[in-house]
Amino acid sequence: MKKRLLAMLMSVTMVAGMTACGGSTPAPAADPAPAKTEEAPAVEEEAPAEEAEVEEEAPAATADGELIKVGIINNDPNESGYRTANDADMKATFTADNGYDASFAYSLKNEEQIAAAQKFIQDDVDYLLISAAGTSGWDTVLTDAQNAGIKVILFDRTIDADESLYEASIVSDMAKEGQTAVDWLASQNLPEYKVIHIQGVMGSAAQIGRTKAMDDMVAANDNWTMVTQQTAEWNAETAQQIVQSAIDSKEDFNVIYAENDDMAKGAVAALDKANISHGVDGDVIVMGYDCNKWALEELLAGNWNYDGQCNPFQASYIDEIIQGLEAGTAPAQKTVIMDEKGFDAKTITQDDVDKYGI
Amino acid sequence: MKQKKSFGEIVNVIVHKQIFIPLAALFILVVFNFIADLIVNDGTSFFEITYGMSKDGYHVLSGNLITVIDNASELVLLAIGMTLVTAASGGQDISVGAVIAIAGSVILRIVCGDGSDANTLQAPIILAFFAACIVAMLFGAFNGMLVAYFKIQPMVATLILFTAGRSIAAWINNNELPVMNAPSFGYFGKFIPGIAVPTPVLIAIAGMILIGLVLKFTNLGLYAQSVGINPNSSRLNGINPEVIKLITYVILGFFVAIAGLIKVSRVQSINYSVIAKDIEMDAILAVALGGNPLGGGKFNIWASILGAYVIQMLTTTLFRYNVDATALPAYKAVVVVVLVVLSAPVVRERLNRLFASLKSKNEGKEAA
Amino acid sequence: MQDDVILKMRNIRKSFGGVHALHEVDFTLRRGEIHALMGENGAGKSTLIKVLTGVYQKDEGTVEIEGIQGEANIRSPQDAQNSGISTVYQEISLCPNLTVAENMFIGRGKGAFTDWKSMNTKADKMLRELDIPTYATEQLGSCSIAVQQMVAIARAVDMECKVLILDEPTSSLDEQEVEKLFKLMRDLKAKGVGIIFVTHFLDQVYEVCDRITVLRDGGLVGEYVIEDLPRVKLVSKMLGKELDDISDIKGEETGKAEDDGSVPVFEAKGLCSTEGIKPFDFYIKAGEVNGFTGLLGSGRSECVRAIFGADKVTEGKVKVKGKEVTIKKPIDAMKLGIGYLPEDRKRDGIVSELSVRDNLILAFQVMKGFFHPISRAKAEEYADEYIKLLDIKTASSETPIGRLSGGNQQKVIIARWLLTHPDYLILDEPTRGIDIGTKIEIQKLALKLASEGKSVTFISSEVDEMLRTCSRLVVMRDRAVVGELSGSDLNQTKVMATIAGGESK
Repeated sequence: MKKRLLAMLMSVTMVAGMTACGGSTPAPAADPAPAKTEEAPAVEEEAPAEEAEVEEEAPAATADGELIKVGIINNDPNESGYRTANDADMKATFTADNGYDASFAYSLKNEEQIAAAQKFIQDDVDYLLISAAGTSGWDTVLTDAQNAGIKVILFDRTIDADESLYEASIVSDMAKEGQTAVDWLASQNLPEYKVIHIQGVMGSAAQIGRTKAMDDMVAANDNWTMVTQQTAEWNAETAQQIVQSAIDSKEDFNVIYAENDDMAKGAVAALDKANISHGVDGDVIVMGYDCNKWALEELLAGNWNYDGQCNPFQASYIDEIIQGLEAGTAPAQKTVIMDEKGFDAKTITQDDVDKYGI
Repeated sequence: MKQKKSFGEIVNVIVHKQIFIPLAALFILVVFNFIADLIVNDGTSFFEITYGMSKDGYHVLSGNLITVIDNASELVLLAIGMTLVTAASGGQDISVGAVIAIAGSVILRIVCGDGSDANTLQAPIILAFFAACIVAMLFGAFNGMLVAYFKIQPMVATLILFTAGRSIAAWINNNELPVMNAPSFGYFGKFIPGIAVPTPVLIAIAGMILIGLVLKFTNLGLYAQSVGINPNSSRLNGINPEVIKLITYVILGFFVAIAGLIKVSRVQSINYSVIAKDIEMDAILAVALGGNPLGGGKFNIWASILGAYVIQMLTTTLFRYNVDATALPAYKAVVVVVLVVLSAPVVRERLNRLFASLKSKNEGKEAA
Repeated sequence: MQDDVILKMRNIRKSFGGVHALHEVDFTLRRGEIHALMGENGAGKSTLIKVLTGVYQKDEGTVEIEGIQGEANIRSPQDAQNSGISTVYQEISLCPNLTVAENMFIGRGKGAFTDWKSMNTKADKMLRELDIPTYATEQLGSCSIAVQQMVAIARAVDMECKVLILDEPTSSLDEQEVEKLFKLMRDLKAKGVGIIFVTHFLDQVYEVCDRITVLRDGGLVGEYVIEDLPRVKLVSKMLGKELDDISDIKGEETGKAEDDGSVPVFEAKGLCSTEGIKPFDFYIKAGEVNGFTGLLGSGRSECVRAIFGADKVTEGKVKVKGKEVTIKKPIDAMKLGIGYLPEDRKRDGIVSELSVRDNLILAFQVMKGFFHPISRAKAEEYADEYIKLLDIKTASSETPIGRLSGGNQQKVIIARWLLTHPDYLILDEPTRGIDIGTKIEIQKLALKLASEGKSVTFISSEVDEMLRTCSRLVVMRDRAVVGELSGSDLNQTKVMATIAGGESK
């Protein structure tokens, strides 16, 4: 209990600090104002069903409401470089200058996120943007949001809830990412594939998607063998130990398939220690994910072979959908899958590094 | 006075020693790997050590055993500090992992400078390390202060940093994930050119020598135990229990900083949320495996260190036999349960009695 | 079994790591008798009781209990309780953070549920019957030690026991409370309960007991009917030698009673601490043994704690050898040559899991400083020297002090302070809960130190001990110094009168 309290306190202060830096004081921005007036009656219609409190607050929201109020629930930005980039992207897009009044809440725990969502509903935001930590348990709070006339947009992660409860879901297709990577690997036409597969935290969407493509390929082809398949839980050092162990046991392998860049880096550290060549023209093919800038630089230097993108820049997609909704058009499809690339060390350019590196 | 002891007596003496449990555990793991080598017989041995060549053209040692003592280094350093903290304050510091993240973040922040060039050091590593030491020791002092002066239970007191530490670490680097690829930055987690032994091993040995000297040339050991067992009595004998507790947390902070240096040097970067994840639990386990009472008081630092090696040996063994990824923690838990139960005083008392009765039966037979 | 015998222990043996704690001990308890178990510390009384109550497993021997066929198999305190054996230990083994009623009944219910109301009613009834001044819902920790002891006895009594063991129950009770306890014991005796009574107070033995079993060095000396064994004989049986007259030490003229004008070793004016004692003046001169006397809780310990800096001193001036000094914490006092043996040995004195050696050198070591550890060899030497000097009975200097008997633990603590060579040694209740032989040794030691020119403050609950050793007594009542006695005033009547207050006859 205490721990959770502390975590909440911590995140609240961080949010406070960050929004303060962002300078989110409502400025008289003109553009979204008409859209807002259209929105307001809808809220009032729904409101009587809810508690009086909400009803009272609703006009207040309209009164200062040149800005679109969004509540953003995200995972902890320290979780990974991906998340940091994602959070930075959100912060850069949903600014007062762009016509938004954004509040942020961070947690890696589902129940804390749900609590944050409830708080945002109380605060009567216009949009609720959610990157859910877990897939289940969201139905009630999303129904509440719907009753309060708040529109929900999911990003990055999907949840197990009826499609009618949210406007859109902007996600990466992890399975597709995995397929792209494994197809690339197959296209290298090696006579034999002996793979060390380093997995992320078991059960995470990224792990499931990226693992499945590889598992299917190994199962389907006789010349593909799995030397070892273990989870390093996104941890570079554990990945290093796993590869070290394979080397110490004199295992024969020619592919390292790591489900994120950190783990690929750890694996490479073990290879370097044992004087095993890797990368372009090396003995071992090194594959990673997430397109960290430093990882793409490794590609550019030819130390690694492949890096799959997991696009963290969902903010522009969301912005587009919100503007559409404000103008009265629903998004074309519920689930929006973002464009994602895979980079090959032989073809990557400095421009790619600058553009896609996170 | 000195008589020749019979084999039984010698066994009895060893069994009674605190260090027996980690030794026995180590022995079991060695035997297990030895037998497994014979059964699997794929031309590799757990115990094989090779004298190979590194990428940079230097001779280096490698092999499973080297991996074990290499990777155990951070844990060894933490176990030293954790043992002292446990002895004096009767509780454990669960924030060591988070403070490693902070120390590592400080180091990278300083060596990366403005982050313009990831291939050259922007500041001397020694400077970065000193800064990390100061920061980690200050956080140690913070924990120690809560425990010693505010009488907060150690686990609760250190929960604060356990929760907030990784965020602080991220904040130090503005939430960025710095990378420092300069080869010399990797010396502390890999090899120093020309030296065949992994550097972490050497650092761990230095840490052991250091604590050995401290225990020999100061009264830290006596004071910490005395304070841990009976703070009232210690005070009446002129010891300041609060200061002693505080000192142990500061010492732990120092060792945490060293562990942080090794950790970031190993991968030459940092990931705040996963670096040294759960290492506090392993460190506490090392102390428990060493047979040290977690409620404080008497301690044997060498038993804790051995405990740390046992834990790493176990991890490496499990990696080696490709234990299914998801099942790995479960295997570890089983082994841990067995070891911890074996080292519990109640069980040891029973075992002693069992040995004693076996012995008397044997003597009975001999007499007949 | 004879019909009136309810407990029969035969040939009991128990050893700890090669040290015989009990060696072929027999013990017999009859229905409706109060049976004293006597012996010096380390004689084996505690061990015998722990074997009987299942805390320890005996190595050999048989235990028979009335109503149980064949040999009683007691492997745990629970077994003992089920066999009708209840115990009240010397150190209270109740839970201070539970209520009185909970302490009396907990762990005894058959079911998983507790009827709090009826439990409290029942407890209150018992407390009234036994005249125990507390109530059921009071938290035990907030009761005085004496009341806690009474509650422990009430708990034991209520368990329908056949055998009640009272292990030093009276050491923290005042006279009236002891009387209540004795009344209770006699009541139980009349009901046919067999009571094993362990105590160091000879008076009490002769007041309530029917029989005495004497142990010495883990062996049985004998069982006696009380009339056949006069005190002097009992003491000599316990010590294992003809007693060279306890009053021997009284004969020596002790210290300088009169103020000879020399500078005191220690002098305090208006000293007062946070523990609520009224400001007091005090001095002690070289070669003097003086003492604080008064009833329990009169503030005598608080005075010496203030002198040593063990409690926070709030006001007052202190001079050591004529020089004004400030004593804020114990280390300050130690550096000025003051040593302090605390009242509560277990809580403030011993560091139980550390070896005799570490305990012995602790104070000296602290005085030498953090960066100057005493070498192992040197420590060993000190330990051996003092173990021999004070005749401390221990398997080795490596043995944890917690395993020693109370008297020997006390000797180690005394040795700890002797090793620091203090000019002024404060002994607060050094003789509490230890055997008679050691008591005398400690008193002699205090006098010997004085004869060597040291100063000693000696505190004891037993007035005659004080009269024997001290040349000047500071009398306390209600946390204030009410008088000072020396010379011809030093006699039982006068001391009692001063303690009691002006109008006593």
